[in-house]
Amino acid sequence: MLTILFDGIAYGMLLFVLACGLAVTLGLMNFVNLAHGAFAMAGGYITLVLVNRAGVPFLAGLPIAFLASAVIGALFERTLYVHVYSKSHLEQVLFTIGLVFMSVAAVDYVMGSQQAFIQVPSALQGRFELFGIGIGRYRLLIIIVCGLLTVALQLILSGTRFGSRLRASVDDARVARGLGINVNGVFALTFAFGSGLAGLGGALGAEILGLDPTFPLKFMVYFLIVVTVGGTSSITGPFFASLLIGIGDVAGKYYVPRFGAFVIYTIMIVLLIVRPQGLFARPAGK
Amino acid sequence: MSSLQLDQVSRHLATRARWTWPEYAFWLAALASVFLLPGRHLILTEIAWLALFALSLDLILGYGGIISLGHAAFFGLGSYVAALLGKHAIINEPVLALVVSGAAAAILGFATSFLVLRGSDLTRLMVTLGVALIMREIANQIPQVTGGADGLQGVTIGPVLGQFEFDIFGHVGYAYCLAVLFILFLLARRIVHSPFGMSLRAVKGNPLRSASLGISVNARLVAVYTLGAFYAGVAGALLAQTTSFASLDVFSLERSADLLLVLIIGGPGYLYGGLIGAVAFKLIQDALATFDPQYWQYWIGLLLVMLVLFGRIYGAAIAAIVFLLTFRFPFSFFVCAAIVLLIGSVYGYIRKLIDAVDARVLALSKRVRSAWQMMLQRK
Repeated sequence: MLTILFDGIAYGMLLFVLACGLAVTLGLMNFVNLAHGAFAMAGGYITLVLVNRAGVPFLAGLPIAFLASAVIGALFERTLYVHVYSKSHLEQVLFTIGLVFMSVAAVDYVMGSQQAFIQVPSALQGRFELFGIGIGRYRLLIIIVCGLLTVALQLILSGTRFGSRLRASVDDARVARGLGINVNGVFALTFAFGSGLAGLGGALGAEILGLDPTFPLKFMVYFLIVVTVGGTSSITGPFFASLLIGIGDVAGKYYVPRFGAFVIYTIMIVLLIVRPQGLFARPAGK
Repeated sequence: MSSLQLDQVSRHLATRARWTWPEYAFWLAALASVFLLPGRHLILTEIAWLALFALSLDLILGYGGIISLGHAAFFGLGSYVAALLGKHAIINEPVLALVVSGAAAAILGFATSFLVLRGSDLTRLMVTLGVALIMREIANQIPQVTGGADGLQGVTIGPVLGQFEFDIFGHVGYAYCLAVLFILFLLARRIVHSPFGMSLRAVKGNPLRSASLGISVNARLVAVYTLGAFYAGVAGALLAQTTSFASLDVFSLERSADLLLVLIIGGPGYLYGGLIGAVAFKLIQDALATFDPQYWQYWIGLLLVMLVLFGRIYGAAIAAIVFLLTFRFPFSFFVCAAIVLLIGSVYGYIRKLIDAVDARVLALSKRVRSAWQMMLQRK
């Protein structure tokens, strides 16, 4: 029981790190980025190549995955995404799905279509008992890393000047612009950071979620669920939404394996009908 | 409104609803393909049901203004219903089975239409996607009925109207699909030119205003969503009947995404967009699959990106140029991606160039038109 809770929390934390970049993209620029999972996949495969082929230690591979995905994210944002912000939602969906198709085929070509695994050091494998709860070492690592990241994110958002600029831009981009905040610059930086986090999540999650070329398509739905359920106005909303979904998914798959996937989709549809703005959204200011 | 104005309005609408000669040409060409292209009937059949599927999305998106990323839910349901009817010999006659499948999809469409009435584009996107995923999951979880991941095999379809047996070359199948497409197209054309269709346009243009003019917005959206679901169900049933097979693939996200591309290639909101888009999409897919059988989806993605960035004509042209430049290289995907990024970084210049070309073409067409009118006058 508690083990399931623990696994669910680990899964939820992972989802949060993967999806929080998307939350900011949607909230800040009202941009539907279905290709977010592609950056996560990039991070996962970069780590895979580094760890499995070049022999880089796993824990050193993680920050490299973050940096590389952030750079890729920034590159795409500055050259391509920037032209699509002003277009309609339909066009944004088409554009980003196109990018997903391209990334899926390219990775399939280079890495092959089979499921890939990153070699995790033996110290991180296996599980131990603590107060009667079976704790997987790798999941513990995920919870620690993601927990630290969440705290850091919260501190950055609430404590720094950049954070207040970002919050102002999310709340009302027009007024923020009027106050002299470089909203586009803030956004580019946030986009890169969000892509980096996704890449880190992809690298960390390869062990649990699996890593294959269809990753962006498979998990797109989960990211979108986190964001739509959690709302985009704060970081706590998506955080609690990811935990809810992580625990719900793991518990659903464990207790009622036949209805595992239904649980998530049904929760999502019901929540969207009842609270179209998201579970934790404040009344919209705009 | 005075009776004179009413008269004028109704005459104007009647003129707009009249058949024009390109429409006659289009359907004559379609009819001719039955007799002139017997060797291509299998791919033409695919084009026919894809066109019907795209037509159904056009009703929802082009006339209802509802973005859907889960239209495959109705397509898939229709497909499975038709396959099951055939497999268990409940209804052997295809046309009747088609109507039943469409009706099943329409019921699902009616039930889920209330979910898409609320919320923003993103909410609708998620809800439609969720419905399609749930349908896929249901089909996956009841393998005793649907065959699960292996697909539904052993489907036997009776002769059409008790007369025409399906043959392996797909001649009957194509004629059948084309006839269904034509009849349903006529129906759709009648509907969008009716007062109901006019009110749909009004709703799409401005829901608030049309509500204050006395149009019940929600009822209109429910109606068009249900109608679209019916069409999609029929398209799915056509697929199942012509291939004697149904698999989980009918519910996939790629199918819904490809469908959006089909409609965007042709252009939404005038009914022919879906048909033209289906022809273009299948031809592109066919050509790509001969060049690059394994990774053709990459180039479809490239086309999508370019279409959004540069519009229909220029986007397709640029995508074609990039494709021809890069697909022979080893690691062509990365060369291509680099070129795409490069194109993105000089987006402003390309845009200016396109605008300049547009202006030239416009000036030229004006000159040609005026010269043509001069000639006519001289005669």
